[in-house]
Amino acid sequence: MDLYTSSDNPRELQNRLGYLMIGIVAIFVALLLRAWYLQITKGNYYREQSENNRVRVVSIQPSRGLIFDRHGELLANNVPSFNLYLVLEDIADKKALLDELARLIQMDRAEMDRKIRSRKNNVPYMPVKIKDGLSLKEVALIESHRMDLAGTLLEPEPQRNYLYGSLAAHLLGYVGEISPAQMQESDNSEVLPGTSVGQNGVEKTYDIHIRGEVGQKIIEVDAGGHEMKVLRVQEPASGNDLYLTIDLNVQKAAEEALGKDAGTIVAINPRNGEILAMASHPAFDPNQLSRSLSPADWEALASDPSHPLTNRATQGQYPPGSTFKLVVSSAALESKEVKADEQINCTGGLLFGRRVYKDWKRGGHGLMDLHSAIVQSCDVYFYEAGRRVGIDRLADYAFRYGLGQPTGIELTSEKSGNVPTPQWKMRAKGEPWYPGETLSASIGQGFVTVTPIQLANLIGTVAMSGVRYQPHLVKAIRDRATGRLFEFPPVQIGRVVLAEETFNTIRQGLSGVVSEPHGTGAAARSKIISIGGKTGTAQVVEMKAGIETKSLPKEFQDHAWFIAFAPVEDPQIAVAVLIEHGGHGGETAAPPAKRVIEEYLKNGAPQIHQQL
Amino acid sequence: MVPRRFISNFDAWFIIVVLMILGLGVLSIYTVTYVVSSKAHLSIYSKQVIWIGLGLIVFFAVAAIDYHELARWSPFLYAGGVALLILVLLVGRTGMGARRWLSLGFFDLQPSEWIKLVVILVLARYFSTRSRLQGLTVRELILPAVGVGIPLLLVLKQPDLGTALVLLFIFAVLVFLIGLRSRTVGFSILLSLMAFPFIWEIFWSVLKPYQRNRLIAFINPAIDPMGRGYHALQSKIAIGSGGFFGKGLFGGTQSQLKFLPEGHTDFVFSVFAEEWGFLGVLMLLVLYFLLIWWGIDVAYKAKDHLGVFLAVGVVSMLVFYLAVNIGMTLGVAPVVGVPLPLMSYGGNSILTTMSGLGLLLNIKIRRFMLFY
Repeated sequence: MDLYTSSDNPRELQNRLGYLMIGIVAIFVALLLRAWYLQITKGNYYREQSENNRVRVVSIQPSRGLIFDRHGELLANNVPSFNLYLVLEDIADKKALLDELARLIQMDRAEMDRKIRSRKNNVPYMPVKIKDGLSLKEVALIESHRMDLAGTLLEPEPQRNYLYGSLAAHLLGYVGEISPAQMQESDNSEVLPGTSVGQNGVEKTYDIHIRGEVGQKIIEVDAGGHEMKVLRVQEPASGNDLYLTIDLNVQKAAEEALGKDAGTIVAINPRNGEILAMASHPAFDPNQLSRSLSPADWEALASDPSHPLTNRATQGQYPPGSTFKLVVSSAALESKEVKADEQINCTGGLLFGRRVYKDWKRGGHGLMDLHSAIVQSCDVYFYEAGRRVGIDRLADYAFRYGLGQPTGIELTSEKSGNVPTPQWKMRAKGEPWYPGETLSASIGQGFVTVTPIQLANLIGTVAMSGVRYQPHLVKAIRDRATGRLFEFPPVQIGRVVLAEETFNTIRQGLSGVVSEPHGTGAAARSKIISIGGKTGTAQVVEMKAGIETKSLPKEFQDHAWFIAFAPVEDPQIAVAVLIEHGGHGGETAAPPAKRVIEEYLKNGAPQIHQQL
Repeated sequence: MVPRRFISNFDAWFIIVVLMILGLGVLSIYTVTYVVSSKAHLSIYSKQVIWIGLGLIVFFAVAAIDYHELARWSPFLYAGGVALLILVLLVGRTGMGARRWLSLGFFDLQPSEWIKLVVILVLARYFSTRSRLQGLTVRELILPAVGVGIPLLLVLKQPDLGTALVLLFIFAVLVFLIGLRSRTVGFSILLSLMAFPFIWEIFWSVLKPYQRNRLIAFINPAIDPMGRGYHALQSKIAIGSGGFFGKGLFGGTQSQLKFLPEGHTDFVFSVFAEEWGFLGVLMLLVLYFLLIWWGIDVAYKAKDHLGVFLAVGVVSMLVFYLAVNIGMTLGVAPVVGVPLPLMSYGGNSILTTMSGLGLLLNIKIRRFMLFY
């Protein structure tokens, strides 16, 4: 077939080309008429608009999604707040206006200047926020002087409100104006400067779901920048609601149990990884942080020696102390280096190399099998067990339980703790591993560090015979537009494969810790629920022999641990408690754990699938 | 090689018209970008001048190669173009919410700009062999529809709404030109109606929220989500305030004060209209019209069907861009983000437009040649 040889002139097409030309002419005429209409007919109108720059775009902040606990109890909502803005281009005499404003609302001039200077964008007529949360009196004052205050803009906007103040502050987080660095993140490509975004906790992690969509209104203003006419409005879209996994009552119990002590409590459902409570003290008030904080206030908070901004549950790294004996027990039994009924004599210390590794109990515990060694937290028994197992196998089991790595909970800057190995030591310290360090590690001292959430997960894993779930904080998200609920199913992240017999032996030991006469965790004994647990004491400073740590100043006293699960026969909750400088775990950390467990289980085991 | 004696006076005028439009474009770009571009290595307007230089080379190069040769290669060009579109989706550079560019180091290639010319080539080649009085049968329409459909879906996925629409437009104009049998027309309408919900679903789902908002805002400006009407409004103020004589170069308060976004790319017409007024708009539209008229003339006098379809394809591409871009700035078309040919800043746009014009010249200078 000849492709292109239709060399006769394509006459039949030429008619159609004519039609095409008519269409094109029509388009050009239409465009020209439209230009005529805009430039000649309405030319004066548009010229006036352009000369006075009468048209402004004002963002309308959306309501952030609400945050509820697992039962639908409200934790965070939004309240109206009056915010004061300046439109710099509308101000005739800047100094006079700022002086007048400073007088009316009692605001520092230097602070005002700083806010004006901090305007990042060079978009003209973009309002700059000067102050938020104005009192009604201040609003009235400004409104009554409105004619003298050309260039000011009062906008009622939603302000984040945390109903219970500092309760669960670290896991909720707070909100704040988006920073220039955050503007660069891909999730924030459509966020306008000046918008409030989550700055910590679930507010930050789930920001994209709960932030909503900014609305805009296009307004016509007079020469003083005052709104005269609304040309167009696009209402903002509210954010989606979060349903957390935490139980408000359990959280309250945890906060109260911690009281003024520095420390943390994490409670987790070992059957699905849901965090039931997470408290960290000292805390901060997210309401305060969500308003614009002066640099001085911020500096004071950030440099506070008690570290109120640190979430001790996920960011605090502590030696696990005797709680680490769960890992040593697992390793010793599974490697068959120790039999559960084998007896080791504790004389109060173990001579290893040229050093005596002492037991916490002077004079020793006498003959110990694994059960009684766990119950009484005999150090010598575990020195020996650890020595036989060796550091490599100990580290292996620690890793299997999830130590030395972040749990992956939806909170930023989670720490991973440290599981030491000879390779790690060579890398980090440039020194070989000394055999004696294995003994220190066996009772959770030395280079081993953990985060409280890792330990809560660890004892939960023991309670569940090795099944490990991803700890998480959000149970569901409700789509505001459709009302549909998107639930997050539990995610099993692994399984620590040990003989069921091993888990049974350890669990019986943990139960004995609380219920038996010599148990170190007797203070956690409950009249209503069977609790299993393990105490721990994490050394802050190495003690010379014979000095009672209790006689030392508070900051040198040991950290107190208690990790627990309940009920022993049908585990529903796993808890880790850490009290900084609390001394012995059995005394200070066990009662808060009991309190939290009783609060959660006082009405019997809760249903896993609850109505939201 | 190039039969020089065939370049008539009319063609010389055409080249002058093209250069005038290019010059006005650079001038407009200069007035809105000269302030901000001081710290860049190369200012935006000087880059544009370089692109124009390259564009002229491409223009003559495309004119030099016999368009029958180009048509012969078109299946390979098509395969390569589709491959590049797929590559863009895999490794393309993302900018402004869309994945459109392949970074070549010195230059970001935008395959969706080039695929339009390739589609014009393959469609023209196909239609030129099936041109007869009765029009196309249903079966003959399937292959070109698929041929347009594949790149169309790929550019929609980026998403690049403007390119998808121009592909559709070129296809429609060429089909109109070749004609359909009445049965084919009926069948097409029926099929379109049946397929519409599915196509719409796909179309809607690939759009970014801001694109959906623009469409909604155009259909119902009262809703105006995300204030996209803001662009259109500021553009209207800019153009309208230009009045009859304009505000003069650098006199455009709208564009100078940055009320007008994208003043050197999609909204370059608004900048021009504010500075030059209605008088300038009239002049510019006349220049563009001369360009289009010349294109239609090329089609009218083309030696064979292939030439006609190629010329009409290029002309319809230009007309679509002119109508949608200028219509957008005048507030009578949705803000879909297509460049104004020859005026908007951008290497891809300049090079492809110049290639298209080169193709027109190509057809023109070979209208008396015997096929060899």
